[in-house]
Amino acid sequence: MVGVPEPGVTQGNALSQGWGRALVFVYGIFAVAATGRSAVQLGMEPDRAPLAYSLSLVAAVLYLVATTCLLLGGRTGWRIAGVAVSIELLGVLSVGTLSYVATDLFPDKTVWSHFGQGYGFLPLVLPFAGLAWLRHTRPPRA
Amino acid sequence: MTPWLYGVLLVLAGVTAVLLVVDLVRDRSAQDSHYIAFAVLEVALLVQLVVGIVALARTERDVEGAVFVSYLVTNALIPVVGAFFSLAERSRVGTTILLLAVVTVAGLEVRLWDVWGGRGA
Repeated sequence: MVGVPEPGVTQGNALSQGWGRALVFVYGIFAVAATGRSAVQLGMEPDRAPLAYSLSLVAAVLYLVATTCLLLGGRTGWRIAGVAVSIELLGVLSVGTLSYVATDLFPDKTVWSHFGQGYGFLPLVLPFAGLAWLRHTRPPRA
Repeated sequence: MTPWLYGVLLVLAGVTAVLLVVDLVRDRSAQDSHYIAFAVLEVALLVQLVVGIVALARTERDVEGAVFVSYLVTNALIPVVGAFFSLAERSRVGTTILLLAVVTVAGLEVRLWDVWGGRGA
């Protein structure tokens, strides 16, 4: 079975094993990509699109937190990852919608603009994959 | 930067992707052939890294140097990291990770082309 921890494997590592490892890989890439993007945007002309650029930064932080928590694992890691991925889902849905409806709000792009079109819509798929994985790896109640 | 280099890399990435998809459909773990393809891809990416930096130093174009070089470096790192990740998962998960890596490389090639052309950042 996919993703079920083998006997002897601690629950703490389960988050980053099996399909979790693929998830960590993609989240890691997005953490780097979003951090790079917001560093360039904020470093070069921060006043051009303050809203878009702060959202890029928020996205970067969320991807970093999600990646770290998946790697750390454990009950706390699982919980924080859940919060980060949920906010990420809200972010990509609201920014995706707003970037179509209120174009003047976003003179420059963010990772989440147009539901992540510039990144092959992966930013839209990723939170769903993340939530599905977290659901699958829910730690047993203490 | 030399346009044919993007072409070579995209073809290499495409061939590798097809190889991976075929083995994914067959539910196979990452194979030696995949890692050989990755090695070839990596060599091409390292060549591009050097050629790109030399071209950047010589060009009159208005290229955002930091962005361009960071894309070149990141792209050369992706197959290495992907290969290590896939080695830890000897199942179709490992094959999927390689596929994700190769798609990322292709995506970054397109971005590199944009940055060199001055379209977008």
